[in-house]
Amino acid sequence: MNLLEIEHLKKYYATHKAVDDISFSIPKGSIFGLLGPNGAGKTTLLRMITGIFYPDSGNITFDGKPFNPGTDIRYIGYMPEERGLYKKMKVGEQVLYLAQLKGLSKKEAQEKVGYWFEKLQITSWHNKKVEELSKGMQQKVQFISTIMHHPKLLILDEPFSGLDPINSQLIQDEIFEMARNGTTIIFSTHRMEQVEEICDHIVLVNKGHKILDGSVKQIKQDFKQHLFRVGLDQQPNPAQMATHHFTIIKQQEKGYTVKLNEYSKTNDILSHFIHHDIQVNSFEEILPTINEVFISQVKLTEAN
Amino acid sequence: MNKIWIIIKREYLTRVRKKSFVITTILVPFLFLGMILLPVLMMQSDDNEKVAVVDDSKFFTGKMADDGGVHYKFVNAKIDTLKNNYADFGYTGVLHIPAMDINRPGNFNYYSKGQMNVMMKSNMERKLKNVIEDLRMEEAGIDKAKLENIRTQVDIVNLTGKDEKKGSAGLALAVGYGSGFLIYMILLIFGMGVMRGVMEEKTNRVAEVMISSVKPFQLMMGKIVGIAGVGLTQFLIWIVLIVGLNLLLPLFIDPASLQSASAQGGAMGGGQSSAAMVEMMEKINFVKDNVSWSMVIFCFLFYFLGGYLFYAALFAAVGSLVNEDPNDAQSLVFPVTLPVIISIFMMFAAVRKPNGLIAIWGSMIPFTSPVVMMARIPYGVPGTVPYWQLILSMLLLIGGIVGTTWVAAKIYRTGILLYGKKITLKEVGKWLVRKN
Repeated sequence: MNLLEIEHLKKYYATHKAVDDISFSIPKGSIFGLLGPNGAGKTTLLRMITGIFYPDSGNITFDGKPFNPGTDIRYIGYMPEERGLYKKMKVGEQVLYLAQLKGLSKKEAQEKVGYWFEKLQITSWHNKKVEELSKGMQQKVQFISTIMHHPKLLILDEPFSGLDPINSQLIQDEIFEMARNGTTIIFSTHRMEQVEEICDHIVLVNKGHKILDGSVKQIKQDFKQHLFRVGLDQQPNPAQMATHHFTIIKQQEKGYTVKLNEYSKTNDILSHFIHHDIQVNSFEEILPTINEVFISQVKLTEAN
Repeated sequence: MNKIWIIIKREYLTRVRKKSFVITTILVPFLFLGMILLPVLMMQSDDNEKVAVVDDSKFFTGKMADDGGVHYKFVNAKIDTLKNNYADFGYTGVLHIPAMDINRPGNFNYYSKGQMNVMMKSNMERKLKNVIEDLRMEEAGIDKAKLENIRTQVDIVNLTGKDEKKGSAGLALAVGYGSGFLIYMILLIFGMGVMRGVMEEKTNRVAEVMISSVKPFQLMMGKIVGIAGVGLTQFLIWIVLIVGLNLLLPLFIDPASLQSASAQGGAMGGGQSSAAMVEMMEKINFVKDNVSWSMVIFCFLFYFLGGYLFYAALFAAVGSLVNEDPNDAQSLVFPVTLPVIISIFMMFAAVRKPNGLIAIWGSMIPFTSPVVMMARIPYGVPGTVPYWQLILSMLLLIGGIVGTTWVAAKIYRTGILLYGKKITLKEVGKWLVRKN
């Protein structure tokens, strides 16, 4: 079942089309990556999903019903890219305040503050002013205030910026745990290695259009170049390498990167080496990274 | 609704808990009291000035009475020597009256270590003048007692309306001036407070976090109402403290000297501070007077809140347009502060001529009515300000509040989420005509 379905969403500004007919759906409990270069329309899209902007046309379905910002907003946690806290407020009060605005009672909110502060090891900051904290610490407080009300949909825009590796890992574990417990997560970032690590499913947008949609595994398969890395015992003499099954892309020390030719199968490569009695030490397929897919696809749409 | 209440609470509590709030709230009444007491203390500090008088004309000998702690002692000495060693005899200074023709008095000289104070100088001059005038009258054969008899004092008692209320034009002017000025200050100070609050939210980037939980309108109104609460709290404390201090005042200082001090302060001044001081004094001394205080206080509260709400929304809108650069704020806020400043000039006209054209129009238009109407009301309702004018002015102000809040909400909603680029007034105009 899908937690969020977006159909033909449009938002036009006077000078440009920020979001131009985008549709996708997000299954419940999945971690969904929303990718795109700067100015692609990601923020506008997220602002429509969080009820900050009204779409010009199109439908948003949230948890099986048409999205109603007035009531559904409390089931959404949004950590925008442009984020901040009240500098002069104490950390505890701040989180309590934001939780109450999400509809938690004061008592509930206090319990949750205790729980999360303990879990993320920041209990000692409770009475510190936000301005006394480092940027990374503020980020942690911000994260807690976003998830305090246990949202059904958690939207994180660049959640790891400014965090050290240890705290990054802490937050990442938290995200996985929430997803396991049924929270759906939209994750927007430029850091592609994180996307591969975290997301099940991605959508790539550029210039207001959706240009890619699918699971991370599927996309890697769809965009693979049929490249293989072959590790050999010794370097064969060039005459032994002539074949119609593959072409050599790159020669390495004790091995090759080869591209499988059309109508040939993976095992044809192996058979070739076996036939020539060359020892194969390793053999693996090279899949494109999401980063490579991102760059090639964005360039493709830029050219159009 | 519940969310607005949570926002109001935060806005109110964070401000009220600030040290600067506590300090100004407690300090201002004491400063006020100080301003009232200063003239009294000034006069009391003149104690024990001993002035030697060298009267070469012999006209003045024995005719300078001591007063205000200044003692005059006529001495038979050469001025040339005394002016150098008067301090050795315990004098503060030497007054030298040269030999003179009574019809052509020359310069009087006063030798002292430092500058003589204004009060003492004017006292001394008055005494010398009186002596000369008496002598001249004698010379002209005018009987002084007869002249005193001829001199007369005229007092007009102004009875207004059917029930012939006794009024005081001076008091009305002072109260009108004072309350108009107070509202002007409130509009600017608390309006700017709202603007700074919005700017803080925008530059701290907390705005978008907030907007994902509450509607922009709720955030804006919560802030406006919260700050209004801060203002009301402050005024309440001030009133309690000022009234309390005034009740305690007679225990420390002779009330008679306080009255004369305030009268003198009023006569000397004309400056704003002394006018406000006189107003305050009169307010206290004339509470039992016939100005309808309940009406003045009711209207003051109405125009205080109304004027604040009218302008606060506009200040919030301006705050939402400002990016990192605080200089932007100055140019953007000008269109909002301009009518406030215009209204203070209209008020100057209105206190002098409460039924003039400027006064009537100024007290109708919501941009200026909070300040201008408050300047007219102490002259009497319905005597000077007919009921229809007051009611119309109030209705227009309420309509104006709805209008500015609507306009401001539209600007605020877009402005608060717009980062990076400088926003021109032309663009803001476009937001206003645009539909949702």
